Amino acid sequence: MASPESAVNGPTMTAGAASKSLRNAFGGVIAFIILVLIGVLAFSIRLFSVIKYESVIHEFDPYFNYRVTQFLSKNGIYDFWNWFDDRTWYPLGRVIGGTVYPGLTLTAGTIWKVVNSLNIPLSVETVCVFTAPIFSAFASWAAYLLTKEVKGPGAGLTAAALLAMVPSYISRSVAGSYDNEAVAIFALVFTFYLYIKTLNTGSLFYATLNALAYFYMVCSWGGYTFIINLIPMHVLLCIVTGRYSSRLYIAYAPLVVLGTLLASLVPVVGFNAVLTSEHFASFLFLILVDRQCHLSSSYYLLVQVFIIIHVVALAYYIKGILSPKMFKVAVTLVVSVGLAVCCAVIAILIAVVASSPTKGWSGRSLTLLDPTYASKYIPIIASVSEHQPPTWPSYFMDINVLAFLVPAGIIACFMPLTDSSSFVILYIVTSVYFSGVMVRLMLVLAPAACILSGIALSEAFNVLTRSIKFQLPGIAGNPSIAEENGSSTVVAPNDIPKTEEAAKEKPAKKNRKKEKENVEKKPTPSKTEKRLLVLPLEASVIAVLLLVLLGAFYVVHCVWAAAEAYSAPSIVLTSHSNDGGLHVFDDFREAYSWLSHNTDVDDKVASWWDYGYQTTAMANRTVLVDNNTWNNTHIATVGTAMSSPEKQAWEIFHSLDVKYVLVVFGGVVGYPSDDINKFLWMVRIGGGVFPHIKEPDYLVSFSNLRMLTSQTYLFACLYPKRDGQYRIDAQATPTMLNCLMYKLSYFRFVETDGKGFDRVRRTEIGKKHFKLTHFEEVFTTHHWMVRIYKLKPQRNRIRGKTKKSKSSRSVSSKRDVRGKRNPWH
Amino acid sequence: MGRSSTVKETQALFQSLRSAYAATPNNLKIIDVYVGFAVLTAVIQVVYMAVVGSFPFNSFLSGVLSCIGTAVLAVCLRIQVNKDNKEFKDVAPERAFADFILCNLVLHLVIMNFMG
Repeated sequence: MASPESAVNGPTMTAGAASKSLRNAFGGVIAFIILVLIGVLAFSIRLFSVIKYESVIHEFDPYFNYRVTQFLSKNGIYDFWNWFDDRTWYPLGRVIGGTVYPGLTLTAGTIWKVVNSLNIPLSVETVCVFTAPIFSAFASWAAYLLTKEVKGPGAGLTAAALLAMVPSYISRSVAGSYDNEAVAIFALVFTFYLYIKTLNTGSLFYATLNALAYFYMVCSWGGYTFIINLIPMHVLLCIVTGRYSSRLYIAYAPLVVLGTLLASLVPVVGFNAVLTSEHFASFLFLILVDRQCHLSSSYYLLVQVFIIIHVVALAYYIKGILSPKMFKVAVTLVVSVGLAVCCAVIAILIAVVASSPTKGWSGRSLTLLDPTYASKYIPIIASVSEHQPPTWPSYFMDINVLAFLVPAGIIACFMPLTDSSSFVILYIVTSVYFSGVMVRLMLVLAPAACILSGIALSEAFNVLTRSIKFQLPGIAGNPSIAEENGSSTVVAPNDIPKTEEAAKEKPAKKNRKKEKENVEKKPTPSKTEKRLLVLPLEASVIAVLLLVLLGAFYVVHCVWAAAEAYSAPSIVLTSHSNDGGLHVFDDFREAYSWLSHNTDVDDKVASWWDYGYQTTAMANRTVLVDNNTWNNTHIATVGTAMSSPEKQAWEIFHSLDVKYVLVVFGGVVGYPSDDINKFLWMVRIGGGVFPHIKEPDYLVSFSNLRMLTSQTYLFACLYPKRDGQYRIDAQATPTMLNCLMYKLSYFRFVETDGKGFDRVRRTEIGKKHFKLTHFEEVFTTHHWMVRIYKLKPQRNRIRGKTKKSKSSRSVSSKRDVRGKRNPWH
Repeated sequence: MGRSSTVKETQALFQSLRSAYAATPNNLKIIDVYVGFAVLTAVIQVVYMAVVGSFPFNSFLSGVLSCIGTAVLAVCLRIQVNKDNKEFKDVAPERAFADFILCNLVLHLVIMNFMG
């Protein structure tokens, strides 16, 4: 960390050199201890959910990853690569090996195998639950390494401490949140660190490591496209601002080649690393014409910058071997030829690009550029709450104090501007833009914000502690300091500025380091710039105290967010009763265990796609649709069934071999994320594929309301797109009151309190006493949160038809034929 | 008039290029020949794909990228071994060569796996 100083220090006395190396060693030990403590902090702040509830896997997606890891640990890696899962998306099935990002499951599986081979008996579930906290500790250390490359060890330690606690990262990596981002953020920061390290040292060894870290990132998360777009942009920025160097070439060119190959190795990415999925027949015209082959947009950028950097490298090489006059001739020649070629190419390109409709961009990437695209065209993407744009308060909730330390960090990066600090600036700017489009991408913003805030805080502490140091009177062993009592202009000759800078950077972050500095410090530097940076003593002391207070507020907020906001496992709910006791709602697991104990192994369960992963993982039953949402038509079928009357729904489910239907209902306890609240999305998605389901049929239009109040007029003005109100009370539309979702949710609901008052919608329900004709209720959980129904078998005898067929045969035969042709009408 | 002067200037340019290049040491010239050969192989593969079609695509990708990859890595080696490069003064040529070997190993391991 500090070796050049001792070499420079040669001419001074050996005692000074010895104390210098001792101080460096001491600083190194302190830094190591602080890093260990940061790792422990990152791990333990994520354990709130384990302490408050139990060591259980949260949410929905982690259950799928857990099931895949179970399979991997039981059957080994070859069966895992070739696994075709027939327990989900019945009757289509899903190719797990080719559609899952294997990084997370392979990591956890490896950890489980290693730990068990050392005879430490950890179960797969325990390993899965605690993978995320462990990798968040690694991510903090990676942030330390990255910021150390950009600014120095002091900034590195601050950035690591900030990243260990930032709420945005905690929300996706608590103990139990076994999701891709847990590992991917570590891979992201580590890849960036290796890229910056290669850029700073120009070593091909680090370039190889960079490519391998990028491979790990591609294995882990779909967000790898962020890396493969950011790095070419940075290279382009460096070239354009005149910072081209051969280290840039070594950092970029091998990464392009190795990165493309390694990304194509992962089955779920495959050729999508290079092309989009349409057709890759005429790959030959990839440079000029994008029409036939649809080169994926990120790869386009990569290849173009690859070509540009080769051109620039060649230009610099020729400039190096030619005399300046000859080089000028060469430049004019090349420019004139190049201009002619460029005009021709641009003309062709404009003609081609104008003729293709979306220019080869897929739906999700179009969303990122035009935030309103998804809500207009793709209901499934729009219905996920994580894909909505964030609100302003969510920035303060998720990155808190860092939100206004980031601009200070950006300014600090400009003094001086190096390759690595320009990279960090580009990273923060792009991640701020993307986080503004989708809440989920605030997770990518968090490391950038921590790095820049770490830089800002470290620089601030630098300036303030230096000011204090210059002005503290009578420091032992330092006569030149005594000379500058109270004055802020100091010039001390015969000093080596380098040693002073190194001494200041390391301990500049904590207040109590000041005393150690005062005891061991060297004479003041002689540069005039340092003179101008000295502030008055009282102001510096107060400023240091205020910064420490700011950090304290940040810590308090992070701990609160981790404990209260982000530690809910969402499979177990709690509420506090009036006398302070805790009431636990464990209905989901109750329902899944009922399913696994009381149904056959091959029974199919139909529910909305939210619960698919949990049903396959915990109840071990085949489901129709799950959270992967890869087949919109299948989901629309289930949505149509839920929106149709009983008979049609029964026919749809019977055609798919479904035996049980599962609905989630929160009206008894006030659980707001139940299926009735999600019902409009079922209607919209179903209506997107089957046109006989129309959303206005389920909404009460304003002209039909018997009682129009001023509130409804206001509602109509605020939400002009909504033609009506979504109601389930007595004024609901007949389509709504007859649909399967209403009936399955509110069957026998009136028996709970006599009036049928729905606690979530806050009204009494419309139809209270009704019977189910095609379904029978088999299980309702303790708090009525999950209700399971069984499809009644077909009747053996059709009543009433036999009489009519004798009198009017033609009518009945027509009816039968019609029935056979279209069972859903 | 201007035409002939530009022609003369171009000729002078190419001559100075040639003489400057002839002054480079032999080991760098060997690396340059190797780079040229790798790029030529890649071009031959692309022409073959244009004639025959791009199926199987992974073989084509791995073939072309292995050629381009060795070319790029050789250029990196040349940058690090070139004595005129002041940035890499303290990197021993053996270290540069060892890095080159390592990177090539990783590249060809991936190629072998991907070729199918």
